[in-house]
Amino acid sequence: MQDKQQRTYWQANLRLIATLLIIWFVVPILGGIVFVDFFNQFRLGGYKLGFWIAQQGAIYLFVVLIFVYAFKMNKLDDEYGDQA
Amino acid sequence: MSLQMLSWLVVGGTFLLYIGIAVWSRAGSTKEFYVAGGGVHPVANGMATAADWMSAASFISMAGLIGFSYNGYGGSVFLLGWTGGYVLLAMCLAPYLRKYGKYTVPEFIGDRFYSNTARVVAVVCLIIASVTYVIGQMKGIGVAFSRFLELPYEQGLMVGMFIVFFYAVLGGMKGITYTQIAQYVVLITAFSIPAIFISLQLTGSPIPQVGLGSKMLGENIYLLDKLDKIVTDLGFQEYTTGPRLSTLNMTFFTLSLMIGTAGLPHVIIRFFTVPSVKDARISAGWALVFIAILYTTAPAVAAMARLNLMETIQPGQTDNLVYSERPQWFKNWEKTGLLEHEDKNGDGKIQYSADSDINEMVKIDNDILVLANPEIAKLPNWVIALVAAGGLAAALSTAAGLLLAISSAISHDLLKGVFRPNISERDELRASRIAMAGTILLAGYLGFNPPDFAAGTVALAFGLAASSIFPALMMGVFYRRMNTQGAVAGMLVGISVTLFYVFQHKGFFFVQETAFLGDMQANWFFGIEPNAFGAVGAIFNFAVAMIVCRFTAEPPQEVQDLVDTIRSPGMPATS
Repeated sequence: MQDKQQRTYWQANLRLIATLLIIWFVVPILGGIVFVDFFNQFRLGGYKLGFWIAQQGAIYLFVVLIFVYAFKMNKLDDEYGDQA
Repeated sequence: MSLQMLSWLVVGGTFLLYIGIAVWSRAGSTKEFYVAGGGVHPVANGMATAADWMSAASFISMAGLIGFSYNGYGGSVFLLGWTGGYVLLAMCLAPYLRKYGKYTVPEFIGDRFYSNTARVVAVVCLIIASVTYVIGQMKGIGVAFSRFLELPYEQGLMVGMFIVFFYAVLGGMKGITYTQIAQYVVLITAFSIPAIFISLQLTGSPIPQVGLGSKMLGENIYLLDKLDKIVTDLGFQEYTTGPRLSTLNMTFFTLSLMIGTAGLPHVIIRFFTVPSVKDARISAGWALVFIAILYTTAPAVAAMARLNLMETIQPGQTDNLVYSERPQWFKNWEKTGLLEHEDKNGDGKIQYSADSDINEMVKIDNDILVLANPEIAKLPNWVIALVAAGGLAAALSTAAGLLLAISSAISHDLLKGVFRPNISERDELRASRIAMAGTILLAGYLGFNPPDFAAGTVALAFGLAASSIFPALMMGVFYRRMNTQGAVAGMLVGISVTLFYVFQHKGFFFVQETAFLGDMQANWFFGIEPNAFGAVGAIFNFAVAMIVCRFTAEPPQEVQDLVDTIRSPGMPATS
């Protein structure tokens, strides 16, 4: 693989990681901890929303984030000629 | 059939299964011993990772930790921290280390930072973190045996050691992988069934995650609202909102557990067993799916079992349970010392309160929530037997993973890497088996004589992984300019800062008298408790490493080429 190609591949990887990690940080830390009182005004059935984010929602989100990363990166690997 | 007979049958059946798998999956090469031959299916590895990760603490203690000690919402730090770490692992570590294609975490650190010093520092961090962690598992095995099977603690520990010995020494990572898959199935069944029952009883919903957000069966009030009312009536903070110390502390606690999770070597090496980089990414997703099943059920168990327990001992604000009329499960668990009642006002009734002057439930051990849950909910005996098998599966699977991480660091990193680089494949395989046997004996010894500080040490394991191993790996992949001096200085400073902070509050090496700042909140740096300090240690590690590497020579060309290789798609031709 050429240097230039390798660099664009790596940049794309970094951009994807950065985007997903921002979501990874913001939702549980801001939604579930820092501004939890604000979100607790809203309800999801019997759950206060902030409490739900901290004890349920964020965990589901983590699963989704990993699969989004895996599918996007695996596709990128194919585009950039993964022989494996 | 008696409960005891039933428990022996269920536990014995699972043990036979583990031994059968061990015989079938004997390791014939170092590659099989260290990474199960490198051909494990990503979903299978996800399941094995989940069992590897979920320890006796996750299975037995976590729900109670959330429900009691951290009073509900405060317990979110464990739920978020111990799952969120997998996102870091999946995006920042696992694929690149898999791509590198070697056997151990210190091996990567040694090669990447072209230094045996770095490798040995990593081995030391790995051993401290893993040994402290394994003590907890050994205790878990002994305790599960003594409580459910009424076997003395020591004998229970011996049986557990024998089982681990059998499949870990014989099969290495290969044997461990396939037993962990079986253990996952056992532990998740054992955790879910009581949860489903209790959710059905209280809310009519068979899905605990839904039941937790539902109304009480036959009442027009949401379960969580009812729980909030009951706990505040007794003077506790609201269950769904009361934070752990402060917002800042909760943030750092969560981040420390996340970073620590991603940096634990026994979890990282599981991703060396899948066939490709792509599989490593997918496998991390599956691992978290299997973990999330337990981690989203646990908060439901926490809230529901707490509600059940409180309604039993204190049915109304003044309507207290008469002590002599307490139910059978209460008596059973009093015998084990996990529940203790002291009739302070001498009225023969049980008062439960947040006010320690009035409170007569002088001890409610966190573990009681999961252990006694089936009895409190009046579930059949086979469910109780299943919980015993599940707790043992959780402890055994985590112990085995940790033991492999330790023994491979000794045989592969110290022996082959540093002392005898020319050792033959056959001799290394033999050495790794001997190292494994020795490690099991050491872990058993520590299980028989648990050091005083054992209770405080699992938090220490996370602190060390967060402040030493994770930053070194992360910079190894993402910062090409990082060199030996920076990485070693960073790791040493990271560990020192974390250890110093923990020790000054908890005593040097946990000797209470030497804790010159004392275990009191006022002295905690910005109100951050020692358990939550790993993230601060990690920040120190990153900062020091960056500064030191600016002033020292950049890494040689072949190391920079190595970094480029692990950043490229596809698998290296060599593996």
